[in-house]
Amino acid sequence: MSGRRIFASPARRAAIAPYLWMLLFFLLPFGFVLKISLSHTAIAQPPYLPVFDLAHGFAAIKAAFAALSLDNFRLLASDDLYVLSYLRSLVVALISTSILLAIGYPIAYGMSRLPARWQPVAMTLVIVPFWTSFLIRIYAWINILQHDGLLNKVLLALHVISVPVVWLSTDTAMVIGIVYSYLPFMILPLYATLAKMDSTLLEAASDLGSSRLKAFWLVTFPLSLPGIAAGVLLCFIPIVGEFVIPDLLAGSNSLMIGQTLWLEFFTNRDWPVASAIAIVLLVLLLAPLLIYDRLQRRQLEGRR
Amino acid sequence: MKRLSRFNLIALALGFAFLYLPIVILVIYSFNASRLVTVWGGWSLRWYAEFFNDSAMLAAAGMSLRVGAVSATMATALGTLAAVALSRGEGFRGRALFSGMLYAPLVMPEVITGLSLLLLFVAIDAERGFWTVTIAHTTLTMCFVAVVVQSRLGSLDRSLEEAAMDLGCDPVRAFLRVTLPLILPAVAAGWMLAFTLSLDDLVIASFTTGPGSTTLPIRIYSEVRLGVKPEINAICTLIISLIAVVIVAASLASKLSSRQGESAAPL
Repeated sequence: MSGRRIFASPARRAAIAPYLWMLLFFLLPFGFVLKISLSHTAIAQPPYLPVFDLAHGFAAIKAAFAALSLDNFRLLASDDLYVLSYLRSLVVALISTSILLAIGYPIAYGMSRLPARWQPVAMTLVIVPFWTSFLIRIYAWINILQHDGLLNKVLLALHVISVPVVWLSTDTAMVIGIVYSYLPFMILPLYATLAKMDSTLLEAASDLGSSRLKAFWLVTFPLSLPGIAAGVLLCFIPIVGEFVIPDLLAGSNSLMIGQTLWLEFFTNRDWPVASAIAIVLLVLLLAPLLIYDRLQRRQLEGRR
Repeated sequence: MKRLSRFNLIALALGFAFLYLPIVILVIYSFNASRLVTVWGGWSLRWYAEFFNDSAMLAAAGMSLRVGAVSATMATALGTLAAVALSRGEGFRGRALFSGMLYAPLVMPEVITGLSLLLLFVAIDAERGFWTVTIAHTTLTMCFVAVVVQSRLGSLDRSLEEAAMDLGCDPVRAFLRVTLPLILPAVAAGWMLAFTLSLDDLVIASFTTGPGSTTLPIRIYSEVRLGVKPEINAICTLIISLIAVVIVAASLASKLSSRQGESAAPL
């Protein structure tokens, strides 16, 4: 016990460098996003006003504060483009996450039923695609989904369709891409809870007369809820802000919010509006983020 | 009772086919002699030759490898320190904020992280290029390192550290001589994860890079937007092979460590 306490103090000192790093490069930047979201757009380099100028003392700071405005947020609320982008992102994330859960659960469940020595192999097989470049995996789907791509060829050969179907630049393609990219994130936490589960509970259920299906619904499923929550959040939150997948696979007639932000920033060079979009997105995601932080902390720190 | 039903097997087979088929197809088509990506024209290495003659692409690849190596190294150092503080530091002031800052970037949409870092760099008037991308990648990937190392530290038997200290080691030495060798495979795995994440990142790099410091994903992305090109298949296959080597190395390292763990256990 005493050893533990002696160890604790130098271990706490280990926090100093990463703590300062994250304060400087993760937390502080949000302050700048907030500040710029409250400033006016300008055709300048960098393209926003006002800039705090400490050299001019207190008066300048006061003037700068006076110049802050909520115009960008009013714009977001009044223009359908932005509201629809947020809605579309939430809907796409909801649909994709549901499909991910529906596909991921049976796979994770099957993995947890594998003989013990095969489980690490299956686990590696799930992780490997996650290590392979994300961009490459989306690109692989462009290959498959294009007009004369493999999917159309196979479907034509099987006489499922008589003319090639347009897959690329549709919402279907985008959802396929999202599900494909995020599947490992769904499987891993599900598998982690399912593999830990005490199989004697199921034996008890069947001894007491439950059918296998009933035992699943009454025992396995409720016990896997923490895994479901972790998997759902791990997918849902980043999908809402996804940029690359909708950009490469979906059509251009309606945008997800990540694309809108990108467009405002890189194409329109409207940094204040882009910042305002980011702030609103952050507020929308705050609740799921906090729940996720809690789950993660319980998972990593609760097992001692 | 723990039985594999036919349903389980089908789910596994379909699941793994879904995960791997697209990549396999991509790799096969990188050896396609035909200029048309969808028509098979026989085996050929011409797209690999094309890549090695594409100086812009090569420069981007070199940039990505440098950013990846430097940022992964910094992220591993910082992430390991963070993991040690969280799993051995008990309670300290600001701990909740600390762990929150470390876990949030794992799920934070990249457009937000990228935009906020860029605004910071502009505000402090930092010249955008190699170092800004490297710092951005370090910030993102150190969180992954911290999680990987922290979960290893959590499963480690603490009595080993305590024994070392009972035998007269000071805490820092106990950590360096006992704990660090035991978690080294997790630290190495963390480095490799950080490296591949950096090699892969498009969004954050796009925000934080400057003119003349294009990374490979940015370059690939601008090509892919114009359509499928066989050369991209070749580059992707090269990246996949590089990552495969890294993964094999990582799994060998972890096997080595579990063997070490076994031999250490009877002591």
